[in-house]
Amino acid sequence: MSQYTIDKNGYYGEFGGAFIPEILRKNVVELKDNYLKIIENEEFQKTFRQLLKDYVGRPTPLYFASRLSQKYGANIFLKREDLCHTGAHKLNNALGQILLAKKLGKTRIVAETGAGQHGVATATVCALMNMECVVYMGETDVKRQFLNVQRMRMLGAKVVPVMSGNRTLKDGTNEAIRDWCCNPKNTHYIIGSVVGPDPYPDMVARFQSVISEEIKAQLEAQTGRNYPDHLLACIGGGSNAAGTFYHYVDDERVKFYAAEAAGLGLENPEKSAATIHLGKKGVLHGSLSMVMMTEDGQIVEPYSISAGLDYPGVGPMHAHFAKTGRTNVLAVTDDEAMQAALELTKLEGIIPAIESAHALAMLPKLKFQKDENVVVTVSGRGDKDMNTYVNYFKIEE
Amino acid sequence: MNRIDRLFQSGKKDILSVYFTAGYPNLDDTVRIIKSLSDHGVDMIEIGVPFSDPMADGPVIQASGQKALNSGMTQKKLFSQLENIRQVTDIPLIMMSYINTAMQFGFESYCKRCAEVGVDGLIIPDLPSEIYLSDYKGFVEANSLDYIQLITPETSDDRIRAIDDMSKGFIYMVSSAATTGAQQSFNEAKQQYFKHIESMKLKNPTLVGFGVSNKETFRAAADHSRGCIIGSAFIKLLGTCKTIDEAVETLIKNVK
Repeated sequence: MSQYTIDKNGYYGEFGGAFIPEILRKNVVELKDNYLKIIENEEFQKTFRQLLKDYVGRPTPLYFASRLSQKYGANIFLKREDLCHTGAHKLNNALGQILLAKKLGKTRIVAETGAGQHGVATATVCALMNMECVVYMGETDVKRQFLNVQRMRMLGAKVVPVMSGNRTLKDGTNEAIRDWCCNPKNTHYIIGSVVGPDPYPDMVARFQSVISEEIKAQLEAQTGRNYPDHLLACIGGGSNAAGTFYHYVDDERVKFYAAEAAGLGLENPEKSAATIHLGKKGVLHGSLSMVMMTEDGQIVEPYSISAGLDYPGVGPMHAHFAKTGRTNVLAVTDDEAMQAALELTKLEGIIPAIESAHALAMLPKLKFQKDENVVVTVSGRGDKDMNTYVNYFKIEE
Repeated sequence: MNRIDRLFQSGKKDILSVYFTAGYPNLDDTVRIIKSLSDHGVDMIEIGVPFSDPMADGPVIQASGQKALNSGMTQKKLFSQLENIRQVTDIPLIMMSYINTAMQFGFESYCKRCAEVGVDGLIIPDLPSEIYLSDYKGFVEANSLDYIQLITPETSDDRIRAIDDMSKGFIYMVSSAATTGAQQSFNEAKQQYFKHIESMKLKNPTLVGFGVSNKETFRAAADHSRGCIIGSAFIKLLGTCKTIDEAVETLIKNVK
């Protein structure tokens, strides 16, 4: 077995596990005992694949970005997850999980959301599958991301503003877990990233692995070689990075780079969300990973200009990949990300999500050989961030 | 024999165990609350360590924890407040914390400090028994602490037997699929569950917690167990009564 895949106890190296209250154990064990059987079932795969193609709009293009390539002196390809239905890679996972929830006989879905992308993806698949949907969202985020709240409501989801803690993503997650504790029989919790108790990190990674599966085939077709030299993605919880890396984890010819949101910079830890750089080993939301917290073990509220990356934890696989040196984790500040977003917009005519802009902001920090192939995953599109862009760049007529 | 075992072996029925959040309503109330509960005849006390992300707790305990943290409560501070608690009372004391705060303190030191100040048992609601057995049990037992485990209506009989086998002290029976917080009554299904557990004749005694808040819920639970654990209902009273003694007296009047 690869040192980079999950072991039978649900750990990636020293990170992972299932630190859950007893009330959730039956659900989590049921999920762990069944998810591989269900996912690997031929009929499930057929349905999932068909919907990925016709509904999500896959495969997403692998686009050779010629002007960006010229600027950075390497062959730069963009994996266009921003072209997925609902605007980001999040739908791959939400779709997989709702099909799985149906197989498990669940009738009700709960989810957490920060920026609202995962909430919208979940509300979308619930509409598609005619399932009851409750999305927990910190009250602060409800105000900041109101357009996504309206989308979720139009899709038929109940959006519950969470008033505890700092009223952001981690508080939304706590509340979704509490709801699950209170409704363990009929409810499935669709976690939006490669976080949470085992088997969620592995399950979500598998649903997102379609990203690297496609990269392989597309690179083969476009370059005659099915692997790149460098793979770049952003990480908050880490689901698009997990999908981007998945089929290459044991291929050491491929170097991994992950961008953490450094907010105002690492020297300003209170205004940062760079969990792997600044965190310590601890337990948050059911798994042992790197976590941003006080000396006393209280989880802190991270900061980033990107609402999708300001999470105080990170998927256990990414903590493990960072620790073992498999992934090179770079800290990208707000300003660096915003400049990278503007650069992509000007050079290639693509407005990325601010999250994805963090991945692009690694390009000027890395050194490439002229003939090397670099793939950057553009995890989402920038429509939802237009207010932030307009205010930041003071864009006027 | 530790204080928890002594309480249960005394044959006492209708045991009342009370939970409070350390640092609530005021940072330095810890010893006063323990003393008042003990003086008023409460049988056992759970000291809750506040945590920023208490996923098994309902709104009342969440809010009390947040207030305690805002006042500056920490695990270290709590231990220093408890330094002389055994000169004040001989009541059984249980420390309840989420795994992260205990882990950051250093789990071995955490157990050691608990034993030093005179804590008798631990509850860690997000540490499942499998992980406890493989990674933590040694430290707990080396310090002669009881590790109190929870069972719920979702726990299978086989698993309840396994938990019973590895438990010491008592088993914490969660009344319902819920987070902590008051419920007005326990319906027929919950009472069936209490009866079922009673009929299993476990080797450890059981106490019922989650949702016990008045005479009706106390009786419904205590008739099929050795007694009840009350948390949220007491925290609410601490927030509204003028004095700690008044909160404790009101609590006892409300449930017994």
